[in-house]
Amino acid sequence: MTAWLSRRTNARLALAGLTFVCAAAAGCGASLYEVPVETPIPAKLDVSPFQRVLVVGFVAGGADEIDTNQETVRLLRSQLRSKSELRVIDADVMQLAEVAQEQNKAAVNDNSSGEGLTIRTSTENSGVTALPQKIKDEKDLEPYDRLFANTAYWKRIGEEYQNPLIVTGSVLFTPRSSSGLVTRETEVYDGLGRRRVIPQRVYMERKGFMLRPKFVFIDGRTGATIYSETRREEVLYNAQQETPALSSYFELMDRIVPDFLGALSTQKIKGTRVLIK
Amino acid sequence: MKRHLPLLLIAAFLFSTTPAFADKRDEARSQVDFGINVAQRGLWREAIYRWEKAVELDPSYAAAYNDLAIAYEHEGQLEKARKAYDKALALEPNNTQIRQNYDLFKEINDRVAQQKDKR
Repeated sequence: MTAWLSRRTNARLALAGLTFVCAAAAGCGASLYEVPVETPIPAKLDVSPFQRVLVVGFVAGGADEIDTNQETVRLLRSQLRSKSELRVIDADVMQLAEVAQEQNKAAVNDNSSGEGLTIRTSTENSGVTALPQKIKDEKDLEPYDRLFANTAYWKRIGEEYQNPLIVTGSVLFTPRSSSGLVTRETEVYDGLGRRRVIPQRVYMERKGFMLRPKFVFIDGRTGATIYSETRREEVLYNAQQETPALSSYFELMDRIVPDFLGALSTQKIKGTRVLIK
Repeated sequence: MKRHLPLLLIAAFLFSTTPAFADKRDEARSQVDFGINVAQRGLWREAIYRWEKAVELDPSYAAAYNDLAIAYEHEGQLEKARKAYDKALALEPNNTQIRQNYDLFKEINDRVAQQKDKR
């Protein structure tokens, strides 16, 4: 009996030893090290043929409180100066809505004279859609897109500035309001005075702004569009809160600018990862 | 004695092979240690060299693949990073730390893939 017990104990000890060796070999007990990483994201566009960039102007519409064209050009130029390798051309901001209107008028006149008729103010018979004088919404902006397809015009602008990459497009910045149920976090205290935060659905009237820029990148050598991108962002505040339009504009542009810059230059996304020993 | 013969044979086999295996794993571990050290000082290329060596020495070393994936990610070599993460997760599918790193990487990788599709 004693011999049997001793054999059994020996076998158990052997097994325990084996387990220990395996565990040691497998290297249990990993150490962790958090490190910052910056992942480079390649640019959406190959801008190597260009040394310079011209943010020419935007067809702008919506709220009257701010000059959306002027502000957008100013913001993008300053961002490009600090975050892109392209040299930013300083030039007067173009009023592209007026340029589009003139081009449209010329197209109407061409069509009219082609038929041997006098100039018509109505565009219905000429096949050229009239451009709305006041741009209030996305529908009003749509016909202005023809301007970006006018390669001869953009080639001429390109020649004037020695073939840069041209940045243009349209920007719509309009007031928005909305009412309905929203989830808010509310503090509650129980009988023992303990604080809890609970989500609560409440009816709220909110107002704010919507920003919808369309960025068009044009090759100044050919006048052709090489890339375009549309973004849409909105911000809503409590209806009682008075937020200046310009501050909302910058708040919304802050969300959009990284994507815009990502089209032209490599962006680095910062984060942390865990190295394991 | 006969009853314990298979057990003894396994033990003998393990003890005879363990030193060689342990040597390689030790060497791989020291490469990983060195890699972590230099990566913390921002020398990611040197770290890549060390971790590539580590996985060569011990292809079952999930942590080394994880670290290598992070270094590739930092250098913008996203395809290589994906493959290294895949390997790490295949070796240790339940390792939450590797999974967490991979999820963060995937977010960026998907975004880049979307950009390429748009072009």
